[in-house]
Amino acid sequence: MYLILHIWRQQGPRDKGHFERHEARDVSEHMSFLEMLDVINEQLIEAGKDPIAFDHDCREGICGMCGMVVNGEAHGPQRQTTTCQLHMRQFQNGDELWIEPWRASGFPIIKDLSVDRSAFDRIIQAGGYVSIRTGSAPDANEIPIPKGVSDHAMDAAACIGCGACVAACPNASASLFVAAKVSHLGLLPQGQAERPDRVRKMVAQMDAEQFGACTNHAECEAACPKGISISFIARMNRDHLKSMIASSDDVEARPAK
Amino acid sequence: MQKALTLYQTSIGKKAVMAASGVILLGFTLGHLSGNLKAYQGPQALNEYAAWLRSMPSLLWGTRAALVFAFGAHVFSAFQLWSQNRGARPVGYRRKKSLATDYAARTMYWSGPILLLYVLFHLAHLTFGQTFGFYEFDKMNPYNNMVYGFQIPAVLVPYLLGNIALGVHLFHGIWSMFQSIGINHPKYNIFRRDLAIGLATLLTLGNLSFPIAVMLGYLEPTTQTFYFPELE
Repeated sequence: MYLILHIWRQQGPRDKGHFERHEARDVSEHMSFLEMLDVINEQLIEAGKDPIAFDHDCREGICGMCGMVVNGEAHGPQRQTTTCQLHMRQFQNGDELWIEPWRASGFPIIKDLSVDRSAFDRIIQAGGYVSIRTGSAPDANEIPIPKGVSDHAMDAAACIGCGACVAACPNASASLFVAAKVSHLGLLPQGQAERPDRVRKMVAQMDAEQFGACTNHAECEAACPKGISISFIARMNRDHLKSMIASSDDVEARPAK
Repeated sequence: MQKALTLYQTSIGKKAVMAASGVILLGFTLGHLSGNLKAYQGPQALNEYAAWLRSMPSLLWGTRAALVFAFGAHVFSAFQLWSQNRGARPVGYRRKKSLATDYAARTMYWSGPILLLYVLFHLAHLTFGQTFGFYEFDKMNPYNNMVYGFQIPAVLVPYLLGNIALGVHLFHGIWSMFQSIGINHPKYNIFRRDLAIGLATLLTLGNLSFPIAVMLGYLEPTTQTFYFPELE
């Protein structure tokens, strides 16, 4: 396969950045998208040039490290697939690809296609702890949870925090990520003790990280490599409104970065 | 010491304000359409209805105040959310493909301001009697004011455009408000879309039926003269 690539190159957060044209020759259709980029990088290194920086780790679609926007689609054209699991057979010989990083104020660019997603870590941290009984291991099935509820919680917990929802959202909103994280604990009995506080703290942090607001385009759901439903966003909204109206404990406004 | 976060300060709170004010405005448009249907019972019926509305000043002004408040809240929080969303992506994509969103959702920031202009035009025309010199405004005869207006293309066109914008805006808005305030259940979610399509279609076609009826000659000007003390 022969491909023309326009890859975003940016030296650092303050650099303006530009697209750089590359030609990928003899690409095997069995390569993953990242392997295709590895080959380009080998060539760049041999030529004494700066290789393209991009994030990756497990390369089996479960860690959430990789991700780039390929021809306007977060993680590329295959649905429910991370960039590392996207294979070159999804493309045609002679295709021209525009490869860009996640673009959002909340995800400053570190270099090239690599973005700083520590905003997600801070949202998780803001959620705080879950009260559990420590000591000896509890019996399995000690707390009865209906199968439907545990499945639903698992659907939310499938989120790998890759940030494709933010990248795909026209408003760069992190609502799907936060909703998934709020919901997988909020659905389970173990998550009830801190449930009202957790949602308010996480939403406050989400806003402070300069993500946009949800305007219900559902682009995030289409881009999510784990197929997480926007019904979780409705659930987060409901939990948040209930908690803000009913709870007697205040949550402090968090300063913007 | 930091201040406690108020609901409105959160993005979700602002979306709830959008939804709540949207429901009030939606309720008004439904009431407005159902009242206007009196036109099909003849000039007498519509003009009596207009006089009846003005016979209860406290209810009339209470409703107007609520509508102005809802309209203001809707526009104000939309503006705040818009500026937040703009700031969230300072550098855009060279290429961006839409996978799920629709025309109505993408054009909310266009259909909204168009509706604002349309409402101002509509108030200027039939509430304040601005006929742009095309015909004589008769405050005792709202029926004729409407019919004469729709016979003039320059007046007719904003009504057509305004109501199409209304339909598009409501199609996304009605579905969206359920999502924003978290009314969501797999058993009933299908009805949210149906309700959005149904109400948006009903209101657009219902409102447009008046200018169309005038154009087709079904609603004609009346030569009758009216007097209602409430309309003074």
